[in-house]
Amino acid sequence: MSWRDVKPIDCDIHVVVPHTGVLLPYLDDYWRDYVTVRGVRNLDMTSYPPTAPLTSRPDWRPATGHAGTDLALLRRHVFDELGAQIAICNVVWGAQALHHHHLAAALCRAVNAWVAAEWLDREPRLRASIVVPWQNAAHAVEEIERCAPDRRFVQVLLLAMADQPLGREHYWPIYEAAARHGLPIAIHAGSAYRHATTSLGWPSTLLEDYVAQASGFQNQLMSLICEGALSKFPDLKVVLVESGVTWLPAFMWRANKIWRAMRMETPWVDRPPAAIVRDQVRLTLQPFDAPPDAAVVERVIEQIDSDRTILFATDYPHWQFDEDEVIPAGLSADLARRVLVDNALATYPRLESLS
Amino acid sequence: MARYVVATTGDIPVGTNKVVTVRGREIAVFNVKGAFYAFLNKCPHEGARLCHGAVVGLVRSDEPGTFEYTRQGEILRCPWHGWEFDIRTGQSWVDPENTWVKNYPASIERGGKLVEGPYKAEVFPVSVEEDYVVLEV
Repeated sequence: MSWRDVKPIDCDIHVVVPHTGVLLPYLDDYWRDYVTVRGVRNLDMTSYPPTAPLTSRPDWRPATGHAGTDLALLRRHVFDELGAQIAICNVVWGAQALHHHHLAAALCRAVNAWVAAEWLDREPRLRASIVVPWQNAAHAVEEIERCAPDRRFVQVLLLAMADQPLGREHYWPIYEAAARHGLPIAIHAGSAYRHATTSLGWPSTLLEDYVAQASGFQNQLMSLICEGALSKFPDLKVVLVESGVTWLPAFMWRANKIWRAMRMETPWVDRPPAAIVRDQVRLTLQPFDAPPDAAVVERVIEQIDSDRTILFATDYPHWQFDEDEVIPAGLSADLARRVLVDNALATYPRLESLS
Repeated sequence: MARYVVATTGDIPVGTNKVVTVRGREIAVFNVKGAFYAFLNKCPHEGARLCHGAVVGLVRSDEPGTFEYTRQGEILRCPWHGWEFDIRTGQSWVDPENTWVKNYPASIERGGKLVEGPYKAEVFPVSVEEDYVVLEV
């Protein structure tokens, strides 16, 4: 059986804001003039420069150079060629990284409105993450409340590294609102570059920065567990997007081991961290950080001790694999079905299978 | 199962423990608020001598940021890795289903009764007028 026969749910594809101009119709008068007068033309993230090879597979890059900006191409690549039945699009853009939290709120609002009108309205198989100005939790909650009635928004999007650890109470109103509306929190790889991306200080190379993402995710998970955010909101699901997967078993083991010794410090963590991870944390598949070998994947899943953790994702249009080798060949049919479809349906209350 | 006299009650003040050897087993006898509890002096994790652990209370929480501290003097932290054990039962707090310390029933008996009864006093000399800690091993 090919994985494409199952009509997968793709939990991470990227729609890209080509320039601020496309958002002007979705900004109110003040902010439209503000971005125009200040010449805020472009807020691409340092993490994914549009021209970098990793940002788009060559065969998916359109003539304009900006992958993820063309609905017709996205339809062809994601739905026709990769065979997704549903795809969740994540906009990772500079609005999430601004210090000006009021401007961030205006731009996030515009991005979500633009996604709804220009993408979701035109393609019924698309779903989206709510982009929020998490610099200011009250603004973020307002935006969640505004978008939540539209059930095509299926989760709330945050970045792996920004102002402060994600377990902190600053973010709890966001988690409360998300849990109340049945929206998982997606934490996407990337940084607002407020702090060095390694705990040692700034790295010199892209290679270090890229590898360090995994430790950023580990630190965020530990923060969410230790500060009590996951205990406080037991219904909340957290989806790590582009986090890689193979570090998770070692992390779970280490977290459990140290928790046993230091449980006194965080008594609200009333069960081993790995149990909390299995219940509340999910990870997307691409970019997969092990050899594309079914035996390796099955071993990792056995070490995680749950076949509900991994969600299929292509990370379109990022260049993480060639041709259609999204998932390792040779997974058992049961496991493939879980990863491709069932785990996503169990994670996202707002998703219903279209197949 | 035989009964062994291992200490006078006065030998083990409240909050402390005494290590005794009975039939080749090293056993730690704890006095928790006047009641005696005995278990193998060996952590089931890596074998640390539990007699050297800190005796603390049990902290729990229903809400992040709150600390409900109860049962002071009833929890033992292993000196090596800090795993908490319930002194009354030997059960591990962090892994209650898989991990516990072998415990032995301990009781207090009058010396006069021990001299008459079927007790093995060889590990400890008994006189009629004192109270003794008796283990079943």
